Amino acid sequence: MTTPVLTPPVVDDDPYAEEHLIDRLPVQQRVREAGPVVYLSALDVYATGRYDVIREVLADWQHFHVGAGVGLANFHVEKPWRPPALPTEADPPVHDAPRRVLTEVLSTRVLRRLRSEWLAEAEQSVDQVLARGGVIDAMNELAAPFPLKVFPDAVGLPPERRRDLLAYGDLVFNAFGPQNALFEKSATRLTQLSAWVTTLCRRENLAPGGFGASIWEAADRGEITLEQAPLVVRSLVSAGIDTTVHGIAAILHAFATHPEQWQLLRKDPGLARRAFDEAVRWASPLQIVFHTTGDDPVEFLGTTIGPHQKMMLLIGAGNRDPRRWDAPNNFDLGRDPSGHVGFGMGLHQCVGQHVARLEAEVLLTALADRVEHLELAGTPERGYNNSLQTWNTLPVRLVPA
Amino acid sequence: MNTAVAAARAGLDTDATSIQVVGVEVVAEGVVAVTLADPTGRRLPPWTPGSHIDVILPNGLVRQYSLCGDRWDAYTYRIAVLRETAGSGGSEWIHTQLAEGQILGFGGPRNHFHLVPAERYLFIAGGIGITPLLPMIQQADRLKIPWKLLYGGRWRRSMAFADELTDARGHVDLVPENEFGRPDIADWVGDIEKGTRVYCCGPAGLLDAAERASANWLPHTLHTERFVNGAGRRADDRPFVVHLQRSGLDLPVAPGTSILDAMAQAGVGVLSSCRQGTCGTCEVAVLAGRPDHRDSMLSETDRDAGDCILVCVSRAHTSTLTLDA
Ligand code: FES
Repeated sequence: MTTPVLTPPVVDDDPYAEEHLIDRLPVQQRVREAGPVVYLSALDVYATGRYDVIREVLADWQHFHVGAGVGLANFHVEKPWRPPALPTEADPPVHDAPRRVLTEVLSTRVLRRLRSEWLAEAEQSVDQVLARGGVIDAMNELAAPFPLKVFPDAVGLPPERRRDLLAYGDLVFNAFGPQNALFEKSATRLTQLSAWVTTLCRRENLAPGGFGASIWEAADRGEITLEQAPLVVRSLVSAGIDTTVHGIAAILHAFATHPEQWQLLRKDPGLARRAFDEAVRWASPLQIVFHTTGDDPVEFLGTTIGPHQKMMLLIGAGNRDPRRWDAPNNFDLGRDPSGHVGFGMGLHQCVGQHVARLEAEVLLTALADRVEHLELAGTPERGYNNSLQTWNTLPVRLVPA
Repeated sequence: MNTAVAAARAGLDTDATSIQVVGVEVVAEGVVAVTLADPTGRRLPPWTPGSHIDVILPNGLVRQYSLCGDRWDAYTYRIAVLRETAGSGGSEWIHTQLAEGQILGFGGPRNHFHLVPAERYLFIAGGIGITPLLPMIQQADRLKIPWKLLYGGRWRRSMAFADELTDARGHVDLVPENEFGRPDIADWVGDIEKGTRVYCCGPAGLLDAAERASANWLPHTLHTERFVNGAGRRADDRPFVVHLQRSGLDLPVAPGTSILDAMAQAGVGVLSSCRQGTCGTCEVAVLAGRPDHRDSMLSETDRDAGDCILVCVSRAHTSTLTLDA
């Protein structure tokens, strides 16, 4: 006896079309409302924008793999442009050891020791910006420089060319999308930056005592192999910088457009952590991630998904799914954003999420202490990135307390 | 065909601190294998080879058992329990009282016996010490890494899972003591090549012997796990009070309720994410009292320090727990 197999609804939007990269809401909504799982004809992949389905795919590592790439490229049929990321693009069992080492290197115990240093750094950054007075570009004067200082320092990277780290991450996240003209245009730069980052990840180029050196020490103890170590270090550089920068930009944008929420934070700076997670839910800096079925077909929600099929997860759509969130389009510190999928969920959940939270929390703490009011001082300009929701510029007026 | 179970299971967002017995089977003389599942049918927290869980018996005893099932099955755990008449009653209870349908408390999974990458594995098991090694062997097979196993026991019929192992790809030496005497570990291991890792689990005598033999091996070659049995730690799955220092609140936490929920109900929100003790988001500092850690995240150092707690799953050993919240 066979059960009838449902054909998923077809959606013909291309989420990577230019207009959708600037305003993602219409596509998010169409995919989410068309059905729990849809077929995107423009890209020949399945997709979902429903919160509970995204969580299910993320949790079900046994059937939905990352080893075929977390971008659109399907490593079953396409050669990856670089060695696959570790542990991000590895499934168990290969995933286990590198993931465990990273979890320990970035543990909250390690981060607690960094907090006072990072807070002092945040206070200094905010003071400098306020000293300049008036309108600032919050993207380029605050959201980018602060993480670009503290995080690479903690990894043990040299102080030079920090902006290139951001450019590298931008290209990497772009490359998770289609290899279109945009990608081709930047391919040369990506190859150059990639070669440079590979050099940075070597043991001799990492300062002692940093996250990078700790990863190499774990390799010396045999916890990961010597071949894995530079790839694990690389994951800090590719996944730990742009996401945080755009996460911080998202919260600055959220407060600049919701002054009443800023007053709530000023009254209770203890809300900083919640505020950041609410901004990550609301803006979803990482918008799109793919998982892929394995060698066998998967029965999923009444649909049979064939082997080696890509499933696009529209993270931003899930984080605004009205089935899960009341008034999902509101940025609201009164809400408990727990359970959002902005950092993923399950086995591959962002291993650096506590680092990102700490960076945002210290910066918000410093700002809440010193800034009476902030507001947009012009029209912010979105950046183009296939996978990330970014700002190019974010003109903001800061009124000192 | 591989079948994924449909999404949108009820209670996606509830906490995981109890587990239900769905199978009990005698697998060798004095050894029962117990299959466990989430009482509401949800996926269980993921684990890696070498992991164990805390099982909290209705009589309050807490026992740790290695997971020896298949991690590609997300819905059940398998443990194996040796009947120890000289123990403090945990295994005795399981052998005589445990039945299908019963619900037990649980904590973890946690792993202090990680399988690190290697070019070749040597596994050494004594008796019930075979349990953590079974998933490691499965994993080595999956990765096509050569391995061999030395498995000692009192006599053949007391050696659990021996038949499961004969189908595996590596080389298995079964050494019942009554037939062959005690194996000579150094002799069996021979010369250690670079890239070899030795995993050993079993009674203290065996581990001591392995440690003596390892004096001549390259550093980081030997990995062991000691079974601490009969420690008799008791769980406190009873109501307790969390005192929130900054908010000045005293909140009762009943069995079946998490600290996280109790705090949320009182309007003191703590950010959370996985609600399974696997992500670390809900960490809160502990100012006084002793936490009963049920999570998979905190290191041994953190657990011993007792100065932080993951409130989505963990509880209290003391009647009051003071939190920095
Ligand atoms: S919410 Fe993940 S450990 Fe508590």
